[in-house]
Amino acid sequence: MAELDLDSADGRREALRRMVTIRAFDQEAGNRFADGEIPGFVHLYIGEEAVGVGTCASLESDDYIASTHRGHGHCIAKGLDPKYMMAELYGKAEGYCNGKGGSMHIADVDAGMLGANGIVGAGPPLATGAALSIDYQDRDQVAVGFLGDGAVAQGQVHEAINLASTWDLPAIFVVENNHYGEGTPVEKQHNLDNLSDTAQAYDIPGVTVDGMDITAVAEAVAEARERARAGDGPTMVEAQTYRYRGHYEGDEEPYRDDEEVERWRDQDPIESFKDRLIERGELTQEEFDDLRAEIEASIDDAVEYAQETDAPEPSAAYEDMFVEQPPELERFANVARTDGGANGGDHR
Amino acid sequence: MTAQAELEQETETMTVREAIRQGLREELERDEDVYLIGEDVGVFGGVLEVTGGLYEEFGEERVRDTPISEAGFMGAATGAAATGTRPVVELMFSDFMGVSMEQIMNQMAKMHYMFGGKAELPVTVRTTEGGGMGAASQHSGTVHTWIAHFPGLKAVAPGTAASAKGLTKAAIRSNDPVFVFENKMIYEQSGEVPTDEDYTVPIGEAAVEREGEDVTVVATQRLVGESLGVADSLEGDVSVEVIDPRSLYPLDTDTIVESVEKTGRLVVADESPLSYGTHAEIATRVQEEAFFSLDAPIQRVGTPDTHMPFSPPLEQEVLPGDDDVRAAIERIA
Repeated sequence: MAELDLDSADGRREALRRMVTIRAFDQEAGNRFADGEIPGFVHLYIGEEAVGVGTCASLESDDYIASTHRGHGHCIAKGLDPKYMMAELYGKAEGYCNGKGGSMHIADVDAGMLGANGIVGAGPPLATGAALSIDYQDRDQVAVGFLGDGAVAQGQVHEAINLASTWDLPAIFVVENNHYGEGTPVEKQHNLDNLSDTAQAYDIPGVTVDGMDITAVAEAVAEARERARAGDGPTMVEAQTYRYRGHYEGDEEPYRDDEEVERWRDQDPIESFKDRLIERGELTQEEFDDLRAEIEASIDDAVEYAQETDAPEPSAAYEDMFVEQPPELERFANVARTDGGANGGDHR
Repeated sequence: MTAQAELEQETETMTVREAIRQGLREELERDEDVYLIGEDVGVFGGVLEVTGGLYEEFGEERVRDTPISEAGFMGAATGAAATGTRPVVELMFSDFMGVSMEQIMNQMAKMHYMFGGKAELPVTVRTTEGGGMGAASQHSGTVHTWIAHFPGLKAVAPGTAASAKGLTKAAIRSNDPVFVFENKMIYEQSGEVPTDEDYTVPIGEAAVEREGEDVTVVATQRLVGESLGVADSLEGDVSVEVIDPRSLYPLDTDTIVESVEKTGRLVVADESPLSYGTHAEIATRVQEEAFFSLDAPIQRVGTPDTHMPFSPPLEQEVLPGDDDVRAAIERIA
């Protein structure tokens, strides 16, 4: 039983809800970043919602995903709670990573979310590893490695897919081709029309689908999952999509013009899916407006929670380096503090 | 703990290579979630024959040959460790660390911390280090300082057969990423090894391999045996205490400091390059805690900031050995 059944009205409604949640979350994350409330930097997923939600719709809840630097959408698609995600973006103790990860490293391993990742192309080897654990212990799961079009040029991505293919591991590689690797268009990065053609090198299926269409993504991933579970190895799914915002918030986007952005906005994944549900008679515009308002209110609550919940104690910086903590952590923590400590010795 | 105390149990004589293999075999038997992966670890038995016979004994699922793909399998091992299994990676030569460094430094080392402690990474990486066999610069490096330096990773480096087995087993049982640095020149060195299947060497505990009064030699890997030989040859003139830290990170500072407080003199012998390294860390900790116990400047024995050259006379020129340890002791004793 997949996470969401897009053949049922309830499943479709939930898929719509998750896409709208991603957009509302990231819009608010962008606003709060602009206001200086969120430290570091954030990479927004707006425009790409159908890829994350379409992929996770076809997974089981205990399947794994390894994400990218643009990971908020994957988290929400996988069912993580925006409240603790926002707390993580704010660097708060109650965030998913107790404030140690932030936007680029949100993870919830228990929920099968193996982390957003600050290194382009680093997720696929981790997904191959999760698939290795699954295969080794004969578990009924799969692992998805998300990567962008830019990451397809990374050597470790090739190594990860080659390993997964050679060992017939239950992995799926979802290439989110948003047409830009940071500020460089895909044509300047690859000598291929379809990035999924790289799959031929590993003798695995590679398909290119419309990443603005949630059902197209979900169907491709469902097929890939079935294949993986049958022991036939990995599949590469390239989803053609687009990010409406810059590479990061604050990106001045000298590499593209408004006209191009508008062309993609005309195929908006949320609007088009919503229109289809209205055509089918299972949703009205009014219901959709209510749904969006309700979601936006819940994101406002998440922001409020993130603003108000406690920051971590500074001493937490020394925790969680290891499962079994070496004495060095305490030794040098004492050096950092003004009251001296072990490192000061008896001779100061 | 003294090495002697550890050996007050049933032992048998074996080489370092056999001791590591026995440690691997016992852990494979003990825990089904443990498996070996690496280049030629299976049918071939490992390029330096450490895993020989294990493929036949445990099969291809548990002794798994990989493509020549260090970044790929280092990353896969990290992902696998985060999701419920306990991979033991063989990185054929430590010089290949660079090829896989991204997955080591940005994923393996950081995941536990970045995720607020919510991912455990029980992964072991075994690799070979050191010059002495004419393998030239890209197969003879000593890079354990990189790993010991990098937060989030533990590093151990056995100098005896017993610790080779005990550290290997402790690394595999650890729920943290642990690197085991095996010096390739001591695989044939024999020693007494405890036979108890639960014998492990706790990570972070040094061993006093020889007690002495005048000079402390902290030596690692191949230089442990060479320092013991020097100490024996100086008996009657200089009383030398030899400590094998065994674990480089965490480092058993207390055992070393206690020794220096007794002897007042310290030589640090480690094959890594001298600048910014393992020697410096040990020397610094000693001066932090035992500055006024020191009667002479701390001496370092290591590779003089060169790569390992190919030609035997060149390699012998830069490879630290017993004559260097002896000279260092004689400079201060």
